[in-house]
Formats: sequence, C-alpha cells, structure tokens
Amino acid sequence: MIRIGDLLFSYDEGDFSLEIPQLNVAHGETVAIVGPSGSGKTTLLNMIAGTATPHSGQVTTNGYAISELHDAARRDFRIANIGLVFQEFELLEYLNVLDNILLPYRINRTLHLDTSVRERAEAIAERVGIGDKLARYANQLSQGEKQRVAVIRALVVQPPLLLADEPTGNLDPLNKERVLDILLQYATDNAATLVTVTHDHDILHRFQRVIDFKDFYAYGAGQRPENVAGPT
Amino acid sequence: MRDVLYLAWRYLVYHRLKTAILVTSIMLIIYLPIGLNVVVEQSAVHLTARAAATPLLIGTKGSPLELALNSLYFSSEHPELIDYSEATMVADSGLADAIPLYVRFRSRTHPIVGTSLDYFSFHNLSFASGRPMALLGECVVGANVAESLGVKPGDAVVSSSETVFDLAGVYPLKMKVAGVLARAFTPDDDAIFVDVKTAWIIEGLGHGHQDLARPEAASGVLSRADENIVANASVVQYNEITEDNLDSFHFHGDLAGYPLTAVLAVPRDEKSAVILRGRYTDDSSTSQIVRPVTVIDELLDTILTIQQFIVAAVIIVGLATIATAALVFMLSLRLRRREIDTMVKIGGSRPRVASMLLAEVVIVVILSSSLAAVLTLVTWRFGPGVIEGFVLT
Repeated sequence: MIRIGDLLFSYDEGDFSLEIPQLNVAHGETVAIVGPSGSGKTTLLNMIAGTATPHSGQVTTNGYAISELHDAARRDFRIANIGLVFQEFELLEYLNVLDNILLPYRINRTLHLDTSVRERAEAIAERVGIGDKLARYANQLSQGEKQRVAVIRALVVQPPLLLADEPTGNLDPLNKERVLDILLQYATDNAATLVTVTHDHDILHRFQRVIDFKDFYAYGAGQRPENVAGPT
Repeated sequence: MRDVLYLAWRYLVYHRLKTAILVTSIMLIIYLPIGLNVVVEQSAVHLTARAAATPLLIGTKGSPLELALNSLYFSSEHPELIDYSEATMVADSGLADAIPLYVRFRSRTHPIVGTSLDYFSFHNLSFASGRPMALLGECVVGANVAESLGVKPGDAVVSSSETVFDLAGVYPLKMKVAGVLARAFTPDDDAIFVDVKTAWIIEGLGHGHQDLARPEAASGVLSRADENIVANASVVQYNEITEDNLDSFHFHGDLAGYPLTAVLAVPRDEKSAVILRGRYTDDSSTSQIVRPVTVIDELLDTILTIQQFIVAAVIIVGLATIATAALVFMLSLRLRRREIDTMVKIGGSRPRVASMLLAEVVIVVILSSSLAAVLTLVTWRFGPGVIEGFVLT
C-alpha cells in the first residue's frame, strides 16, 4: 500500500530534516507510529497523503507515485483514496454533523454525492452512536462525538488507506477505545490500511506493527548520525 | 456548482448577523444613489408636468414658491391673500380666463380647494361617479379622498376647524358629496373641491341662520330698525347647507373684497400672456404673476444641487464601505485559514475551495443588489409621493 524509498525532506526554514531510507506498509496492515515530538511523524503522514512533497526519494501510495503527481492530481487522488483523521477533529463549525460527514463530496468533483452516499453516511453514524445528532452543529457535540464525526468523514468515501494523526489525543479513555474500535473495525472489514501517529503507548498493542520514529533520521543540520538503519 | 453554493450558503446562514450587516451595508451603498436619483427624477417629472400645465398664477407679492406650491399641490402653507376682484379684473381684461383658487381649509388631511367649475375642465378632470357641485355646500372629492374616507355621492365630509381655541374662528361645515373624480394621479386625487363661495362660508364670511322675521326667533332679537335686525347669540346658525336652509345663506359686504389665495390665469394666446404679465411688472402693485414652471424649475435646481452633494457623499462612504468589506473578507480568510487547510488536506480541489469563498461574496452581492433593486422599485412606486409630502406639507 505504501512504499517509501530514499526519502529526504526538510523545511525551507529551520534545521528540521527527515530521512527515511525505506518504509513499506502492506495492504490491510494496521501500523502505529510513535516517536518524540518534532521527529517528523506528522510530516511523514503529510508526504504519504501528498500534502507535502519530499526533496528527493519516492513515495508510492496505493500504487501511485504520489510525490510525482501535480497538485490537482494529488488532491483528486487523496479525496478518493485516503481518509484523514486529525487530533483537533477539524470540523467546520457552520456545517451540521451530516454536512460535515459529506464534506469530501462537496469540495472535489471527483466524488459524486448521491442518495446512496447519504444513506451510507447515516448508516455509519447510526452504527457509531451519533445517528440522532446529524442535525447538530460541532459546538453542540462532546469531544468524543466530534472525533466520531471526523472519523465518519474519513470513512464515508470508503478509502483503502486511513491516515490518523493522534486521533485519540484529545479523548477520554472510553472515547479513545471507541474511536480506535471504529478505525480498526473499518480496516478489518474493508481490508484497508491504517497508519496512525500516536503518543499513547497504551493503544499500541491494538496495532499489527509499531514503528518507532527514533529509528529514522530526524536531525538538525550537521547532526546526521553515522549509521543508517530503519525498519522496512 | 450546487455544492459550492450550498457550502457558501451554509456559511452565510450560520454567520447570519455578520451576513446581514454586510448585505445591508452593500445594499445601502447600491441603493442610496440610485434611489435618490429615481426619487429626484420622478419628482422632477411629476412636479414639472403639473407646473407646465398651469400657465400663470396671480397672487399677493411674496414667495413665488409658496404661491406655486399652494396653488398646484395644495400645500398647507398658504400665501398672503388677494381679493376676489383680482379674478374679476383678469376675466374682464379679456386676456385670460380666471379660475379663482382659495386653498386654505382642510378636511382632516385633505385640502379643501375653493374654485369654480372651470377648474375641472381646465385640468381635464372627469367624474368616476356623480356630478360637479351645483349648489352651495356641495363638494366634489378626488379619488384618494373617496377611497380613504370611504365616501360616495350622497355622503358628507366635514371641514376641520382651523383651531379649537379660536371661538370666533372657522367652524366645521358639513358638505354633501356631489361627485367623485376619476383618478388623475395628481394632487387633485387628494383634494376636496367646493365652490369658492362655499369656502367663504367655511371661513364664516357667509352664513345661514334662523329667519329673524319669524316668531320663533323673536326671543333672540335685540332690536329692529327698518330692515336692520340685531340678534343675540341664541339665534341658530346652520353648519350644514340643505335645501331647506339654502335660502337663508347670505354674504355680508362686497364679494369683490373676499379673499382668494391665487387666481389661475389661462391666457387666450401667447400675446395675451405677455400683455397680462406686463401688467404686473409695476413695483407698486401688491400682486405678482408667476409662471409656475419657472418657479418649479428653480426648486428642482436646488434639489438637484443637494442631490449632487448627497451622491458625492454616498460615493465616498461607499468606497469606504467597500474597502471595509474587503478588509472584513480578508480578515475572514485569515480566520478561516485552518478551515481552508482542512479542506486542502482532505483533498478539496483548488477551484472548488476558491469558488466556495467567491460564492459567498457573490451571494452577498446578489442579495444586496436584489434588495437594492426591490427598494428602488418601491421608491419608484412610492418615492415621488413621499418627497412631495416632504416638500409640500
């Protein structure tokens, strides 16, 4: 599903840099990425999603060399193939729950909103326990409910790949388990790949593989270590 | 496009207060200069048409504007009065037909116009029902008067007292409606027309009372000397002219000295008009003759100058408002940076996201323009009436 080779990334300003010689994630695999803050975990997700491009190296997602696609193509690819979940939920305040869930269908013509999509959205919402809150706005929901809405928004297009950036970071233990259940259940039911960045070591046991980012090279200028090693 | 409009609409509805303020501001900026222009243009046409249809007005020396506004539009401020003899003099000169005008009294808000039957033919006024006034105490009402008071031929309207504190002043006179005029879309629609003599009776210059020669009036008689009978206040005076008491109505003194507000002079030809106007050039004369169209043109010039100042001010305010709206939009974009980033991360296409933001502006502008158009339409329909109300009352 994901193949990364000889990836090198740095920002124009600052001394942050990320190097990943090789990283592969198989179809249907559930992976948790851990590591210290600022080590580049979110940057990696951005490059897999195509919202950031490496200076060199290859990022192939679901068979597409996403790092080599132009911006419009990356967006089209992302909306149809990748479900993104954020730590801060990122719901639009002026849309109700149902409209937030259906947002991907309204912001890119690649997806077509029809009755079956609406029914699917309502069915998932019902399954995760917010079926009765579809008309509410984000500010009328609890933290756990907001994250469930954000997760449904990622699932509704039925993507083969889910990228979650600390999806349980703002949740209490009960909601944390609930959101994880939803993500993992989706991955199992649909043979989808799930890559999650997390600081929460209590949930690592639920993933098939854990990648520790300290194994990669996240370093400041002139601090590159001598030995290169990393998981594949 | 439907999705873009939907998202833009949801944003505007959610932030309805901000949207309402923006829409109102832009609407006012669009509407004010256009609406003002419509009002002035229409009023100019309206005012000029009436003035152009009235060749000459004769009144006491003073404000020509007051004379014209009172005579043409029946404004409540009446000019100094002239004698009825002025009308007789014009008619006797053979230069023009003279139509007397005595526009001083009101029935509620409606002006009572004391005139002659020639007024109807001069203004080509036709009757929707009934007939012209034929007897003392009869009146003809304009279309709006009939509508607002709900009167028809056979009903009655009552003149208003000039002041409730003046016991010797004007008392109400109940007047029988003889006819209703067809709508003319002029100030005539709002007027009540009576014979000038009826207007004088309203003023108290003529009156009708109990026959003092009859025995039942004897208790009120103070003295009798030949035909001169002096009576006290117990003698019954009539406040309605009926067939039974019509003969008792009479005027004291010489009618030539009775008051008018103006004489509407209709010259026989251009030459007669010039000669007639020449007769009022004498500085010692207490009367003036004016061409209403000239007076109204001067008024419109003043209004036009004021309008230009207002439009200039509105344009400056408009530019400031547009700049502020642009600033609000840019600040809004900054505040929405995170929302836009989220859409981009999810995979929102650049044209769609940009279109959504643009659609919000377009919807606001369309809403503002539509409201401004509706307001302009309302102004076009009712504006001239409103501005005439301001100018003439």
